[in-house]
Amino acid sequence: MMIKLIGIVIIVIGFMLKLDTIAVVVIAGIATGLVSGLSFNEVMTILGEGFVTNRHMSIFIISLPVIGLLERYGLRERAAFLIGKIKSLTMGKLTSLYLIIRTVSAMFGLRMGGHVQFIRPLILPMAEGAATSRYGKLDEEDVQTIKGLEGAVENYGNFFGQNFFVASGGVLLIVGVMKEQGYYLEAIDVAKASLPIALIIMIVGTLQFLYYDKKFDKKYLKTFDKSEKANIN
Amino acid sequence: MLKDSLTELLYILCGLICFFSVYSTCKDKKHPSKLATALFWSILGFIFTFSRIGTLWGNSEIYINNTVVGYLVLAMAILSASKKVKYNTFNESTADFKEKMAAIIGNKIFIPALSLAIVAFVIAQLWTKQLGSLVALGISAVVASILSLMITKGKCSEMIEDGRRLLEVVGPVSILPQLLAALGSVFAVAGVGDVIAGAIKTVIPEGNIFLGVVTYCIGMALFTMIMGNGFAAFTVITVGIGVPFVFMQGADPAIASTLALTAGFCGTLLTPMAANFNIVPTAILEIDDRKYGLIKYQAPVAIVMLIIHIILMYVWAF
Repeated sequence: MMIKLIGIVIIVIGFMLKLDTIAVVVIAGIATGLVSGLSFNEVMTILGEGFVTNRHMSIFIISLPVIGLLERYGLRERAAFLIGKIKSLTMGKLTSLYLIIRTVSAMFGLRMGGHVQFIRPLILPMAEGAATSRYGKLDEEDVQTIKGLEGAVENYGNFFGQNFFVASGGVLLIVGVMKEQGYYLEAIDVAKASLPIALIIMIVGTLQFLYYDKKFDKKYLKTFDKSEKANIN
Repeated sequence: MLKDSLTELLYILCGLICFFSVYSTCKDKKHPSKLATALFWSILGFIFTFSRIGTLWGNSEIYINNTVVGYLVLAMAILSASKKVKYNTFNESTADFKEKMAAIIGNKIFIPALSLAIVAFVIAQLWTKQLGSLVALGISAVVASILSLMITKGKCSEMIEDGRRLLEVVGPVSILPQLLAALGSVFAVAGVGDVIAGAIKTVIPEGNIFLGVVTYCIGMALFTMIMGNGFAAFTVITVGIGVPFVFMQGADPAIASTLALTAGFCGTLLTPMAANFNIVPTAILEIDDRKYGLIKYQAPVAIVMLIIHIILMYVWAF
């Protein structure tokens, strides 16, 4: 019985060794089918049928031309321009604001983020600028921390926002896999079920970024900290 | 049925974009790998367009045999493994042009981008039964395309070139979700889910909903960490753990499956295996710790999110 798990073993090892993804998946399917007593032709039939009935998962292809055209005419540049107008925030607040922008744009299927396109040229310099203008020169370890956080914010927004978009790969995958198991879902219900997590990541991420604001305040603004407390009292 | 005909029409449109890639690749005199690239995209275009062509006019008797499609998929896998499916240069706009147009067009450029999601959502909401989410998506793509041509004053030829550019840049991996679902159907026939479920039953009593939810969420995160790919983990873990321990216990399938996938993404935040999300950015941002430079900051958030997923699935899906 356990031999049937060979396909999973092949996927795990193949992905770990960074072998060609598509080939690994097909080989895993063939191996699983053969050890389960199917003939090669039967495996091909099941694979072919699964591939055809799941064409809907690649339906995002029809939205590529319009997205591409908008990029050609400066969609990302305009978004960068708008974000660049934000000034005079702390590092944590700026990063939190970007988290919200990134999550919401992912929720609407906009491919607006990216470590290369947004974080490195725009968000990281703005965050570093905000930190140095508040604290003066930072220790190297804190510079590294800011870089790490700005790298992380991109992933938070991207991962947990994307499934709210009806045509996202994740939504279509869920619908397809569930259909194979006999559960017939509508893509829009999956999208709606993704809303809470999209909202929660914005809160959890913001808490993390504001925590580092506090930590830096404590470290660099010892005197300032007291006067602030005095003001509150 | 109208819904089926329209859905088939969408697949044909997807196929046409693949065929445009074939056409451009063949015309490109300097393409580094003409034959393999053209072959890959023509097979995909062929499957999209012709595999169920008769459905377009309501005659489901006219179709391509599934076994033939299976061998075509195998051919695509071989082409992909050969690493010969490549792309050359595209007709793209320059950085200067983009900056200039961004200033001229202004915020209006967001209208078509947002309409893509909003129109799809509204139509799917209003006519779920008659049209379904997929057709809604197709209509939204058409609406967004028209709006974008009006607002940018771009050309249709530019739009189709951009479509093929995005498709070819992603390359063969763009069929991964579809292929993973097909793998899921092989697993289902072979009874892989039963084997995993049987093994887990020896540890976790069936019918204990809370333990089922915990196993499903953590299983998703762990498998995603090992494989570095949440989509692949979803196929395997849903068949083996999700169905017997969560869905068959009466969970709302839409809610639980959706949470399972993002529970897997918590694992993505934790693994160096997801190189393009966690390793490549450390190089881009010049972080000293190349392996865990992002992961060590993502870890607390990932763990908090995973716990929230477990609670949410237990409370909301049942």
